[in-house]
Amino acid sequence: MKNTVDRSNQVAPEPPTGEDSKPPFRGNGTAGLSKVSVSLPAPQSAPNSRNGAGELLEVSMGPQHPSTHGVFRMDVVLDGERVVRLKPVFGYLHRNHEKIAENTTYLGSMPYTDRLDYFCSLTNNWAYALAVEKLAGLQVPERAEYIRVVTAELTRLQNHACLAGFLLQDMGASGTPLMYAFREREKVLDLFESLTGARMMCNYMRFGGCRCDLPPGWLEQAKEVVAEFPRFLDEFENLLTTNEILMSRTQGVGVLPKELAVNASITGPMLRASGVNYDIRKVDRYGIYDRFQFRVPLGEHGDIYDRYMIRVLEMRESIKILEQGLRDIPDGPIVDPKARLRGFRPKPGEAYGRIEAPKGELGFYLISDGSPNPYRYRVRPPSLINLTVLEDMCLGQLVADVVIILGSVDIVLGEVDR
Amino acid sequence: MTLTEGMDQVFVLLKHWLVGLAGPHWQPLLSDLISVAALIATFATLFAVTTLLERKGLGRMQNRFGPNRVGPCGVLQPLADGVKALIKEDIVPSGADKVMHFFAPLVLVVPVFLALAVIPVGRNMAALDLDSGVLFFFAVGAATELSVFMAGWSSRNKYSLLGAMRAVAQMISYEVPLILSAIAVIMIAGSLSTVEIVKAQAGYSGVIPHWYVLTPWGFAAFILFMIAAMAESNRAPFDLPEGESEIIAGYYTEYSGFKFALFFLGEYVGMFAVSGMAVTLFLGGWHAPFSFLTWVPSWLWFFAKLIALICVFIWVRGTLPRLRLDQLMNFAWKFMLPMALLDMLAAGLWHFIPAVSARWLVCSALVLGAYAMLARGLIQGRKVAKRTYQYAE
Repeated sequence: MKNTVDRSNQVAPEPPTGEDSKPPFRGNGTAGLSKVSVSLPAPQSAPNSRNGAGELLEVSMGPQHPSTHGVFRMDVVLDGERVVRLKPVFGYLHRNHEKIAENTTYLGSMPYTDRLDYFCSLTNNWAYALAVEKLAGLQVPERAEYIRVVTAELTRLQNHACLAGFLLQDMGASGTPLMYAFREREKVLDLFESLTGARMMCNYMRFGGCRCDLPPGWLEQAKEVVAEFPRFLDEFENLLTTNEILMSRTQGVGVLPKELAVNASITGPMLRASGVNYDIRKVDRYGIYDRFQFRVPLGEHGDIYDRYMIRVLEMRESIKILEQGLRDIPDGPIVDPKARLRGFRPKPGEAYGRIEAPKGELGFYLISDGSPNPYRYRVRPPSLINLTVLEDMCLGQLVADVVIILGSVDIVLGEVDR
Repeated sequence: MTLTEGMDQVFVLLKHWLVGLAGPHWQPLLSDLISVAALIATFATLFAVTTLLERKGLGRMQNRFGPNRVGPCGVLQPLADGVKALIKEDIVPSGADKVMHFFAPLVLVVPVFLALAVIPVGRNMAALDLDSGVLFFFAVGAATELSVFMAGWSSRNKYSLLGAMRAVAQMISYEVPLILSAIAVIMIAGSLSTVEIVKAQAGYSGVIPHWYVLTPWGFAAFILFMIAAMAESNRAPFDLPEGESEIIAGYYTEYSGFKFALFFLGEYVGMFAVSGMAVTLFLGGWHAPFSFLTWVPSWLWFFAKLIALICVFIWVRGTLPRLRLDQLMNFAWKFMLPMALLDMLAAGLWHFIPAVSARWLVCSALVLGAYAMLARGLIQGRKVAKRTYQYAE
């Protein structure tokens, strides 16, 4: 396997040796990043095309390019329009999230997590809260668990809808599918706004529960949005799923084989599109996901079309979860009474909390030394790790395919670069 | 002269009156100048109207308003755009071939206006009635490829170069079916003159006009012509040369200010020219669509048909994703070209079969059969299908 992806972020380090001794320093967490970006064949000095006739063209796509979804760069070497080499370059948006988090309180990092994957702030909140709850041994009340599931699934709905819209935008569909998706996203964001006060940077979850209770009428409003959503999906699918151009542009393009996906620790819809049945909602059953009836759609080709379809089908499953969640939500407290906002000092130890974020496995690894700040704070960003197989998917494809392959990975640069 | 005739010929009479004011030596020159000025003024105005129409129309298709800030309902938006383009800094890349970079937009805009000269926009209203008008149209139109390649090459930008490569490949490929589908009309009309072709479509059976689009071969040729026209004018879904999400803006990535506006103008006027040609060849030119509507001035009919075709362009742009280069080429050479050739055969049969019902039957069968066969051939090579998905519990 050519691809060498650093997986140190998943391997739990040895526990700290004692109460007072700090755990050994383990690198700054960007080792994986540098290794990923050099996992390419070494550049030859004077590259020639396959037939030896022409010259290769090296194009730097990004950081300012309409379809790199942010400040991301791909150094693409082209033979005509065919990709011979591709080197993803990231880090333009690096803002030291992990180190900042080590110098602030546990709660102080919560707003920062909103800015990781700014499309899905609520799932980011949840993953971080889950890690801290594991660290501090907090119990989340039932009502808060339901609210978490509902908000997370709403997040998934709007993320996947927008992804499909952006994918079609990359395919050159002139904005129409994107605007249809954004129309639905607005409705979900309205819900977030009335619940949390913010449309994108929600900062809603707290250790051991949620920040505030549902406002009056919110459940009815949410039920309405959820009930309307399948109509949008039907319309969207009607227009796109069997569209001749969409099918011929996406089927068989950017294939990610099952083995490579597993070896490169790809997660989320991308992994499932390659046919691997791995959904952390089913594997870990974190929160209260074991109470919900839903299925996990699986692709078998691992191409762009499968990735698109898996997301569409996941939206339909999310609607089922939402319907059950909104129906069964109980009354009660929304925060664990043991949780303290001030003077929050978890016992020394470590914890890894992970959830199935819309983009894949989002994990937070925390080491506590008993102080108000985490000793070590590490994010496992699904966008970054899913991006590592970009070259493998793009080699031999055309330039036009590269942008839609990138689009189908579903990245948010806030999370890739942190 | 009745009122309807007066309205119909109002511009012709105006021109005659103006020309009459000058001395006899100056009259031919003045006549030409007035035609040119009228042509440029009309189509430049139409360009402004169309940009607004496109932005508004696309906006409505996309659940948004479109421009609505400048003037009432945003109608002054094109003016604001024009002022903006004029006062923007004109940037020429330091590595560019400056002469070529300067001339490329001109080489685009001049030929597309030249091409408009042979289009009859109303009764007696062709600026230039050439015996070989259609030939002139396509010959001049071919200069746009040169312009695109000049722009792409001289910019010294890799995206521009990619865009120019794509543009040349695409435009040359689609010019073949474009011209071949026009040949069917020329065969039946028996003339290369646009005025003669419009004249050949005069008359009505009952209320139905004798347009070529209302024949089996003419309908097929019209569809082929419109598809090729979309590709020729680089409109979605054939906008690969300027595919924003792939290669920024293609061949005009390095253009700014008024030169950029000229490219924009050239693209739109090119679209008018080719739509105007479609109206002339297939939609009866300036003839009214029903016999009881002949009192409406002829130039109004021409522009109504032109704008209808442009609305189709806008509609398609708001609907379809972009093709990939190899799929585009496959479509041009494996479907469009043989279809256009078989359509020429159908037109020939139409000409030689005297009985009306027999020629309708034969031509329809030939066109439909060719379509079914070629579409099958196009589909068989691919492995594209609707899929079903499995679920894990």
